[in-house]
Formats: sequence, C-alpha cells, structure tokens
Amino acid sequence: MTVKDAIKEVGQAVIKDKVFLTDLDQAIGDGDHGINMARGFESVLPKIAALADDNDVAAALKAVGMGLISSVGGAAGPLYGTAFLRAAGACKGKTAIDAATAKAMLDAAIKGIQDRGKAQQGEKTMLDALIPASDAFADGIKAGKNAVECLGDAVQAAEKGVEYTKKISATKGRASYLGERSIGHQDPGATSSTIMLTALYKYLKQER
Amino acid sequence: MKKIINNPDNVVEEMLNGMTASQPQYLKRLKGFDVIVRANKKTDKVALVSGGGSGHEPAHAGYVGRGMLDAAVAGPVFTSPTPDQIYEAVKEVNTGKGVLLIIKNYSGDVMNFEMAAEMAAADGIEVEKVVTNDDVAVENSTWTIGRRGIAGTVLVHKIAGAKAETGAALADVKKAAEKVIANVRSMGMALSPCTVPAAGKPSFTLPDNQMEIGIGIHGEPGTHREAIRSADEIAQQLVDKILAENIYNSGDEVAVIINGLGATPLMELYILSHKVQAILKEKGLKMVKTYVGNYMTSLEMAGCSVTLLKLDDELKELLLAPADTPALVQF
Repeated sequence: MTVKDAIKEVGQAVIKDKVFLTDLDQAIGDGDHGINMARGFESVLPKIAALADDNDVAAALKAVGMGLISSVGGAAGPLYGTAFLRAAGACKGKTAIDAATAKAMLDAAIKGIQDRGKAQQGEKTMLDALIPASDAFADGIKAGKNAVECLGDAVQAAEKGVEYTKKISATKGRASYLGERSIGHQDPGATSSTIMLTALYKYLKQER
Repeated sequence: MKKIINNPDNVVEEMLNGMTASQPQYLKRLKGFDVIVRANKKTDKVALVSGGGSGHEPAHAGYVGRGMLDAAVAGPVFTSPTPDQIYEAVKEVNTGKGVLLIIKNYSGDVMNFEMAAEMAAADGIEVEKVVTNDDVAVENSTWTIGRRGIAGTVLVHKIAGAKAETGAALADVKKAAEKVIANVRSMGMALSPCTVPAAGKPSFTLPDNQMEIGIGIHGEPGTHREAIRSADEIAQQLVDKILAENIYNSGDEVAVIINGLGATPLMELYILSHKVQAILKEKGLKMVKTYVGNYMTSLEMAGCSVTLLKLDDELKELLLAPADTPALVQF
C-alpha cells in the first residue's frame, strides 16, 4: 500500500470515466469536465511515478495539486488543485494515515474548495458529494471504525450526494445559468469527486 | 471554418510570437510561458498584470507598455490561463513595490488569478487584485457569478496604469482601479457569432435578420434576440440600459468607448458613435474623451459595445495621461 499507487488508481479511474464525465457536463455545463480532468491526471501521473518511494503523502498530494492546477484549467483545476494542496497541508510529515488524519485531510480539502469556489452545500457542486462523505466519515470514527471502513461509509454517502444533485438546481458555475433546467441532471463535479473517493476506497480495501 | 491560421491548436502560441516579432520595441515574451511583458526594463513602480482567455485582442497584451500594463497572461481561446503562468508574470514584473492583478469577472479567471496571488504572496510578494464587472446586460451569466467584465476593463488598465506611473503606492493604485470599476458600465450587442478555432464551428447561430442584445464576449447569451434595427435605434437601446444604472448625472464628465467586437467596420462604429454622442449631450453629459475601435473583441464576432465611465478630477487626469502601447497610444 503506497501513496503513489493510490494516486495512480484514483487518476486512472478519472481517465477511464472521461467520456462519462464529459457527457454529464454537456448536459448542464460547457462539456469539457471529463476532457479537462483526464488531461490533468495524464499530466500528473508520470510526475507521481517519478517521485521517491518514501511514501511521503504530503509531498505526493502537493505534486497532484500543483499538477492539476497547471494542466486542468477552467474552474475544476483551481478547485481540485486547492483541495489536494490543502489535504497535503493536513498530513505533513506522515507516511501512514490514520482515520483522524484522513478526516482532517478531507475537511481541509472541502474547506479549500469552499474558499476557492465560494460555494456552500446544496448548490449542485462537488461539495454535495464531499460534505456528506465527510459527515459519514466522522460517524464512522465515532463508531470506532478504522480509516478504510470510514472511507467505505464516506463513499456511500458521496454516492447519495450525487443522486441528491439531480434533485436540485445549480446556483454556482456555468450550470447556474440553466437554473431550474439543471434539475434532473447529476452534477459532473460531484460525480468526479465520488469517482476519486471510490477508486481510493477500492484500492485501500484490496490492499488490506 | 474560414480563418487565416496554420493549425487550430497552435493559434495562441503563434499569435504571441507574432506580437513580439511585430512589436519588439514594446513587447517581449517570457521564455517558456504565455506571458507578454514590456520590452524595456522594469521601472521602480507598482506593476500591473492582467490577462484572460485569448480571442479578445488587443486585450490584453496590446495594452502592455508605458502608462498601462506591465504584463499580460494569455490563456487558450476563451479559457482562463492557469495560476502557474500568472505567477510567473507576477514574479517577472514585481520590482518590490507590489503587483496589482486586473481580472475580468469570470469564475475561472477569478479562481486562477487568486491562486496565483496566493502563490506570489507565499513568496513575500505584495499582491492585490481588482475584478472588473462593467457589463450591465445580465446579473449572472453562463460563465460568471455577478456581472461580466468586458470593454470597461481597458479603462481600468489605462487609469490604474497611469496612476502606477506616478509612483503611487499599491494601495493607491488599487483605489484608482476600484474607482474606475465603480463608475464604468458597458452594454453590447451582436450581429453574428464567432468560431473558436479548436471547436471549428460557430458557438451559436443568429438568423440574418436578427441581433442579440447584451451578448457576452465569448458568445454567451445576452438578454434577448430581436429583429435588427437601425444604428440610431441600437445606440439608443444600449445607452438607455447604461443610463438606467443611474450613476450618470447632468453635468458629469465622462469617457466613452465605442468598441467593435472584431468584425464590425469602423464606419459602423462611427455611425453608432454619432448617435451615442448626441444622446449623451442631450442628457447633459460632457464627453472628455471617446475611443472608437476594437478594444475588447470576441474573435470575428460582428457587433459592438458601448462603455461609459464617469470621471472625477483624479480619473480625468489619469485618463488623459500619456500611454504608449501597441494598441493605445496617446500623448
């Protein structure tokens, strides 16, 4: 179990769903979310592969953040870039991540997205997957679960969050122009966030 | 798609190299980046950095030079540049007196410039930002939260640039920029769409006998479409919407931009300007200076925008101060 392999799994999952994400974005945005995210991870993954095998989680996440910022563009680049940079800031010096640290990283990422995008929960954004995921993670910790079990709960909550984005209209980002017309479509950002969490969970579960 | 290009994927790169090759006395390119800076040595003053998606030429690299910008960052066509590019521009032009970022209000631009500001601040560079939002057409648009930044941005470059040349501190340059933003409003319309080279087809269609009022500079929708009307009627419609903002009063001095969106002949802009001048005069406004031409374009879109800036003594003096850039020269 290494941070480099985990990032590789996450990145490949996003690349694999490039067309799916782009189709979702074509319905309510400008139709490039999958293309942009795939380009980002295609640029990031070789950089991660070239990092030292010291399992420095913060250094690896910082490289992901910087890489996405300089290659994704639009709004998703700054938002996910900030999320990874803030998560890196919450795990400085760690080579293993316990549940409490993982929760702190997730929350730092969420705070980063909120600061950058000036969005709140319920506005049909990636936050509608990530905030429920964080809440479920917290409940898992309270119930005495380990980090991977907590992440499993978080993934389920994120999936529900994606479903919820079908029921609400967008007030942030380009989809906001559609207003009520965005109802019925799931949010591409919430979807890509969930794809990443799911890929991380699958990797960690299989490695245990 | 019919364009004078070599390769749709290479238009920004080739354009930037063309700009520096054509205007070496004004411009040079920051090696390895899509950043245009002044050819002459940086002086001891607050530096101004702007930029955004390409396709709005001469904005923004055309305004790099004495009295206006110190650097312009060019993103892909109609797409914000990334923070690493903006960060390099900031580092390059900073002389220690601080850097002001001038950002048009689009979600992607604001986020990318803010990230660059944070990266520069982490290096100890003093960075401030202003966000232009002069377009009164729509409150929110496809690409923004809040009003869009369009041609009025050029007057922010002009006035904040002149303020910076006086040796003013960063806070005062920012204050001048914010005063422009508070007092400048624009309104546009289009007759025909434009084609992003990489997309290969027009971003929307507009029947021959129709015009779109309040269109954005990326072809994003405006307020409505209607049958095309005379230049005088179009002038009246655009100016009425601006005057409805209620910031311009009889006796005020104003600056005006009659801006072409790319494919509109100067003849038409002057015909429009004639009526705009008449309407403003009738309202008791005093036109200190009117710019007529292509200042903030949208590739080959046909159409125009009208911009009105209310001046006070400070803004007037800075507006009339000299500027020497590829796209705007005044003595």
